[in-house]
Amino acid sequence: MNSVGEGCTELKREYDQCFNRWFAEKFLKGDRSADPCSELFHKYHTCVQKAIKEKDIPIEGVEFMGPSREKPDS
Amino acid sequence: MGKHFFSETDIKSVWEQVSTAFWQRYPNPYSTHVLTEDVVFREVTSDNLLLSRRLFTKTNRMPRWAERIFPGNLSRSVYIIEDSVVDPANRSLTTMTWNINHATFMRVVERCVFLGERDRPVWTRITREAWISSGVFGLSRPIQEFGLARFRSNQAKAMKGLEHALSNLQKASTACHGESAEKHKHLNSASKSQKPQQYI
Repeated sequence: MNSVGEGCTELKREYDQCFNRWFAEKFLKGDRSADPCSELFHKYHTCVQKAIKEKDIPIEGVEFMGPSREKPDS
Repeated sequence: MGKHFFSETDIKSVWEQVSTAFWQRYPNPYSTHVLTEDVVFREVTSDNLLLSRRLFTKTNRMPRWAERIFPGNLSRSVYIIEDSVVDPANRSLTTMTWNINHATFMRVVERCVFLGERDRPVWTRITREAWISSGVFGLSRPIQEFGLARFRSNQAKAMKGLEHALSNLQKASTACHGESAEKHKHLNSASKSQKPQQYI
């Protein structure tokens, strides 16, 4: 799957592989040891944030689970 | 006004597999309308919840009549945020998904809950709810109706995509019984047609 930043797809793949393994083998099994993917995420994240700024994607300041705090349009 | 959608379905897969497959859905044969997928935020809280934010870009397929009225919308993809909370202790995954552009034309907010059933642990209940609204004066009703129809179609694809990912995971664990997780991931990758050089 491609990243929104064309040059970030390879970094995304490496991070995803690490995350998927950690999620199934550690996180779901209650293993709370240190996250082995943080460095990979940092590299990938830096790349994506740059692409988001360049493309003017309005993601800044959007509250987590935002719409759950709003009344759904009726 | 606005449109409301609600569905509840049970699938015969263990919640742990469903929540693992949730992160590996893309790409799949039913997701050609999903152009990009990125994790932009992730955190494990002190009470062991996994919070994530994903950013998607999707195509903006509209009916011919809408394309004629809103020609500017055609050229721009839709940006979508999906926020999620995984609670492994309670075997629940809750997601909130909504578009952050084209919002005046149409706003779709979807809340989805994947819950491991206590009484039937090999089953997962999927509850999906959506609210569809449009702010275009005089056209909100046809836009909302089109939006609801497109949502129904997309959620059917989403289920097929999830089942596709689950099937890949299950094939990988059958083939690799006793081998490392690394190998599992390679088999998953194979089904997503990733480059062979990526395999060790």
